[in-house]
Amino acid sequence: MTAFLTNLPAIIVVSPLLLAVAAVLLPRACAWGVACLATAISFISAWLLLLAYTGGRQSYHLGGWEPPWGIEFALDGASLLVVVVIASLSFIATIASRAVFFPEVNPADSQRLYGAWLLAIGGLLGLALSADAFNIFVFLEISSLASVTLVAMGGQADKRALVTAFNYLVIGAIGATFYVIGVGFCYAMTGTLNMVDLAERLPLASNLTPVFIGLAFMVTGLMVKAAVFPVHFWLPSAYGFAPIAVTALLAAVATKAPLYVLARVTFTVFGSFTTMTGFILQWILIPLALMAILLGTILAIYEKDIKTMLAQSSVAQIGYIVLGFGLGTSVGLQAGLVHIANHAMIKGGMFIGLAGIATAMGKRANLSNVIGMGRRMPITASGFIVCGLSLIGVPLTAGFISKLYLVLAVIDGGYWQITALVLLASALSVAYVWRLVEAFWFRGNGGETRLAENPLVYAPLWLLAGANVWFGMNADGLVSAAGRGADSLMAITSVAGVG
Amino acid sequence: MFDSVLLQVPILSTLISHWNYIIVVVLMMIGLFIVISSLNLVKKLVGLTLFQTSVFLLYISLGKLAGGTAPIITHSTYASQGEAVLYSNPLPHVLILTAIVVGVATTALGLALVLRIYTAFNSIEEDVLLAEKRQIELDDAKNKTKRHRA
Repeated sequence: MTAFLTNLPAIIVVSPLLLAVAAVLLPRACAWGVACLATAISFISAWLLLLAYTGGRQSYHLGGWEPPWGIEFALDGASLLVVVVIASLSFIATIASRAVFFPEVNPADSQRLYGAWLLAIGGLLGLALSADAFNIFVFLEISSLASVTLVAMGGQADKRALVTAFNYLVIGAIGATFYVIGVGFCYAMTGTLNMVDLAERLPLASNLTPVFIGLAFMVTGLMVKAAVFPVHFWLPSAYGFAPIAVTALLAAVATKAPLYVLARVTFTVFGSFTTMTGFILQWILIPLALMAILLGTILAIYEKDIKTMLAQSSVAQIGYIVLGFGLGTSVGLQAGLVHIANHAMIKGGMFIGLAGIATAMGKRANLSNVIGMGRRMPITASGFIVCGLSLIGVPLTAGFISKLYLVLAVIDGGYWQITALVLLASALSVAYVWRLVEAFWFRGNGGETRLAENPLVYAPLWLLAGANVWFGMNADGLVSAAGRGADSLMAITSVAGVG
Repeated sequence: MFDSVLLQVPILSTLISHWNYIIVVVLMMIGLFIVISSLNLVKKLVGLTLFQTSVFLLYISLGKLAGGTAPIITHSTYASQGEAVLYSNPLPHVLILTAIVVGVATTALGLALVLRIYTAFNSIEEDVLLAEKRQIELDDAKNKTKRHRA
């Protein structure tokens, strides 16, 4: 038992990766069960670690090799928060996935499907835990290759998914290669790959030019992976053509891990170079984040296909997270981390709800064929809209807490003009969510037939909708966890004040 | 004697001493250009592989030390006490072994997708695929208006 407890950080990642093999080898009927078991193990381990966490930075040495030589898994406020978010959301999405997968995917493929599903989750969890820059590249590619496979599964229903998956693969590979070039430059100047060790040694490098080139490559590569504007263009089409259960998983967790790594690289690894990272944050990330927020929101308003509409809105939501990080302050990071958790709950819930609706109708949902859905599928539609209200940022929902902390952080950073833009974009997001409410309840003649609702879909959906409301009313826990996360991301700066 | 004269010329000396890195950058740009410019999906994958291979070369060049040997302790290493033995850094090679595996997986997945695209669209030229994609969207829109009228 103690061996189990001390190895928890490794078990979180190893369980989905190993059981992915089991999902492929065992009979078809077991695939979903294995996936649930694997994500449940990660879910329980992540929460056990959170409950046992006492503060500070806990280091887990893989294979007993001490860092900086061995690969290290680091547990601190930020990585723990992201791991808990990813593990929880992937567990919930896995439970909901079975009922909505098989109209779109041939059931004969379920073993391979859940194999790729678990590999994607394992890769993302590894990204959040690993403290080794090269190891992160490997996890990036594990998760991205598995996600490409999952997106391509949409090709059975719509052959355009194959082209989308190919583009996603090429863009993802270029992003990851950019990241690894950056790591190579930093390694050349320091001879280490451990992130904390890098943070200490980079300021001592004999020549800082390669270090800054490395930073630029790493940030660009991670921006591609995290779908930050203007390298976000793979996201709406990948989410639009993937099977809808895959979209639910990817929208909830896939961009969160690269976003966290982006913050880790800028604030921890390059924490000593405040002028350089400050320039990148202020003149590159903040403007791009604002463009993402406005463009994503406006494109979502004009979109008729609901899946693509929510994907466009994801671009805007990633913009909010990057804006928080871009402020470069502790409160900004805190707001970004809060929104990472809240957006995972919001979009996970909305896509699970949409999956339930589309599966019951037997076709893609767009604004004209979901008319009266509030009366045809009341439980699913109302859960979906609760998450939608949270997306807008209505008070008493989690989305409000995100917006509140973000606006406070923006004002604290002295950018009062940006506050207006954030509030404007929030007001605009009312437009597209309202169109859904209108189609669900206020259009049609009320004489529609009821559609069967599946408890395997609406139970996870309402769990997330409930979480949105609960975290909207009791935000203290999440906010203080995010505060701890922000401190841990910036902690290295004060330790290694050598530069 | 001749090469020592050549090394006196500033540009040439930079060129010769950074030869590997120059090749890396050239290969990298060629690869990236092929990915962006070519319309054939297989050629895109070739470009991607070239791009990734250039990064492998970058790492391997980092590990090499002029006159360095493999870091293996032998009898002769013990015998040469007092004399410093130069070793090449083995870590970049090991890292690149991992990266090669990742690259192979990427290429394999890409080729598998190209095969599926070919059976579905009967073409692997990007402009043909885009045209067909647009045609599907137009057909969808047409069907919708038809259903409305009916």
